[in-house]
Amino acid sequence: MTTQPVQQYGQYKNDHEALLRSSTSHDALYTLRAKGMTSFEHHGFPVQTRDNEKWKHTNITPIARTAFTSPTPSSTLTKPDLRGLVPMHDDWATLVFVDGFYVESLSSPRLDGVRVSGIPDDLTNEPRIGTILNHESGGFTALNTAFLQNGALVNIPANSNSIGPVHVVFVTTEHSERIVTHPRTLVIVGANTELTLLESYVTLTSNEYFTNAVSEIVLEPGSKMDHYRYLMESSNAFHVGVIGVQQDRDSSFRSTAFAHGARIARNEVHVMLNAPGASCALGGLYFTNGTEHIDNHINIEHLQPHTVSDLYFKGILDGQSRAVFSGGVIVHPNAQKTVATQKDQNLLLSDGARINTKPMLEIYADDIQAAHGATAGAIADEAIYYMQSRGLSRETARRLLIQGYATEIIDRVDLDILHDHLEGLFSSETHSLNPLGRKKSVSI
Amino acid sequence: MLEIEQLHASVEGTKILKGIDLRVNAGEVHAIMGPNGSGKSTLANVIAGRPGYEVTGGKINYEGQDLVDTTPDDRALSGIFLAMQYPVELPGVRNRQFIKAALDALRNRRGQEELTAREFDTLYRAKVVDIGMDPDLSRRNVNEGFSGGEKKRNEMLQLAILEPKLALLDETDSGLDIDALRTIATGINGMRSSDRAFILVTHYQRILSYINPDYVHVLVDGQIVRQGGSELSEELEAKGYKGLIEPANRGNS
Repeated sequence: MTTQPVQQYGQYKNDHEALLRSSTSHDALYTLRAKGMTSFEHHGFPVQTRDNEKWKHTNITPIARTAFTSPTPSSTLTKPDLRGLVPMHDDWATLVFVDGFYVESLSSPRLDGVRVSGIPDDLTNEPRIGTILNHESGGFTALNTAFLQNGALVNIPANSNSIGPVHVVFVTTEHSERIVTHPRTLVIVGANTELTLLESYVTLTSNEYFTNAVSEIVLEPGSKMDHYRYLMESSNAFHVGVIGVQQDRDSSFRSTAFAHGARIARNEVHVMLNAPGASCALGGLYFTNGTEHIDNHINIEHLQPHTVSDLYFKGILDGQSRAVFSGGVIVHPNAQKTVATQKDQNLLLSDGARINTKPMLEIYADDIQAAHGATAGAIADEAIYYMQSRGLSRETARRLLIQGYATEIIDRVDLDILHDHLEGLFSSETHSLNPLGRKKSVSI
Repeated sequence: MLEIEQLHASVEGTKILKGIDLRVNAGEVHAIMGPNGSGKSTLANVIAGRPGYEVTGGKINYEGQDLVDTTPDDRALSGIFLAMQYPVELPGVRNRQFIKAALDALRNRRGQEELTAREFDTLYRAKVVDIGMDPDLSRRNVNEGFSGGEKKRNEMLQLAILEPKLALLDETDSGLDIDALRTIATGINGMRSSDRAFILVTHYQRILSYINPDYVHVLVDGQIVRQGGSELSEELEAKGYKGLIEPANRGNS
């Protein structure tokens, strides 16, 4: 068994009962929530054991043991508060959720002829909610469903013009108690349509809190999605984010994630390549410091012939931080002519930083191309000396090299505002924004 | 400009330099020649301040300042430049951005204003043409995917833009075809001036047919065994290191 009894069952159970009582009718939402709790009670939280490949290097006991409470709406946030936190633009369709609640005054859901909504009824009346991530997702997704409150619905009809960017922002604010939010996003990209979507998870507090996010994505035949994820949670936060993607014929999913470490951050991506011609390219940059822990868990299923997956992740690890990368690719028996590549590279900036990286290829077809590679290394002394010999200080040299290392992933971003924001984060001139500069770096 | 007295240096505990005396004045071109393993690259790197190259005795004075305990970047900012034998690849760092950052640092030190992006671009493009560097390469990351010859050209590009007072060229000529060698020699000759000095470290006499040195020093086993004018390099070409050294060694014993 890979689960354990729900340790803070009482807190979740009480909050859940209160939530159900607040419903006026036994509608779709009520049913979903009830089902979610039943499923959570069945799955519980995952347990770290040697046999549990999915959670081998990440111990979520601190999440399971903590009594997180569900907050009530209390936001006094204004747009200027958000500006420094996330890349934003007035032309984007933006949905802002503060402590889990949709805030209309901060949002601009306008998008010609397209349903972008933060309204609970819109989300829960969409029949595909809860159907994208099923058995894969386990306790955390069940818990998210049990507490489904607000969430983003982005439903793009078939044969639309290119849509976007749509920006979904989840902000956690300061509270005296430890709070939990359950952000939920459902995206449906209709046939032969293109969408650009950015998901941001940011915070205004350095307190301990828990973000338990679930995103479900449906790509209909011939659709294309550029997906970005911007995770900038606090170093004391817990973040579990699960993304499920169902891809139909000739659809293309291109996703790039930028993730700062948290006390525990787990980013799960499950992609189902359900029909011939479906392809996905997943990229990511994760950066950790102090005692942060980040776990990237990717799972791609090639179910049909002529499907393509490409993974390219990079990590920058400092302090005593830990990162885990597992790139799981399953090629099913009839998925001939599959192409599956994956790469994970890590830059270790200190002696104390650790990475556990491993590809997990399960191949049941015989006519496929697959390649994988993982590396971990420090900044080369040679490179520092070379730059110093041109008059650059050791610190500047180091920063330029870190920035250069990040550039390769940042350059995957076609969304200019996000691209520039990320460049700024890593640029040598803006020390204060540089997440790697939060703590004085260990000299190399 | 540079006065080296009885310099001894070790790398990883192995004694490489065993008492070097060298005096270089502004306006001069010195060639340091020697067989493989004689310590000529070590000498260039010790002057530039390479970590791990330990000075165990003697002095390096540059413009009246003792260099021994200063960092490589401090030396660079005071006008020393080392064109490396094996230039390093810097993944993700754009060549233009790198050289701009270096020039900014130098100009700051000299009390000059930094060039604007536009001013720098004009300078950069002009020097790329002068050096004969492929413009496509000039837009790439530093030395990434460059051939050996292209890397050497990139060192010359940096030399031309950063305009050091003392330029050390560590086997910049090796691995170059004759056209590249000529371009580089023309570049160096064009930069010769009364306030700049060059130290060319080379294994071969070849480059010295294009750059006429004022002094030639022959380094063997960490010591300078012969010194002379440019005629010494010709003698070396004719006799080889063995022919040149053996009589000298006999003379010493």
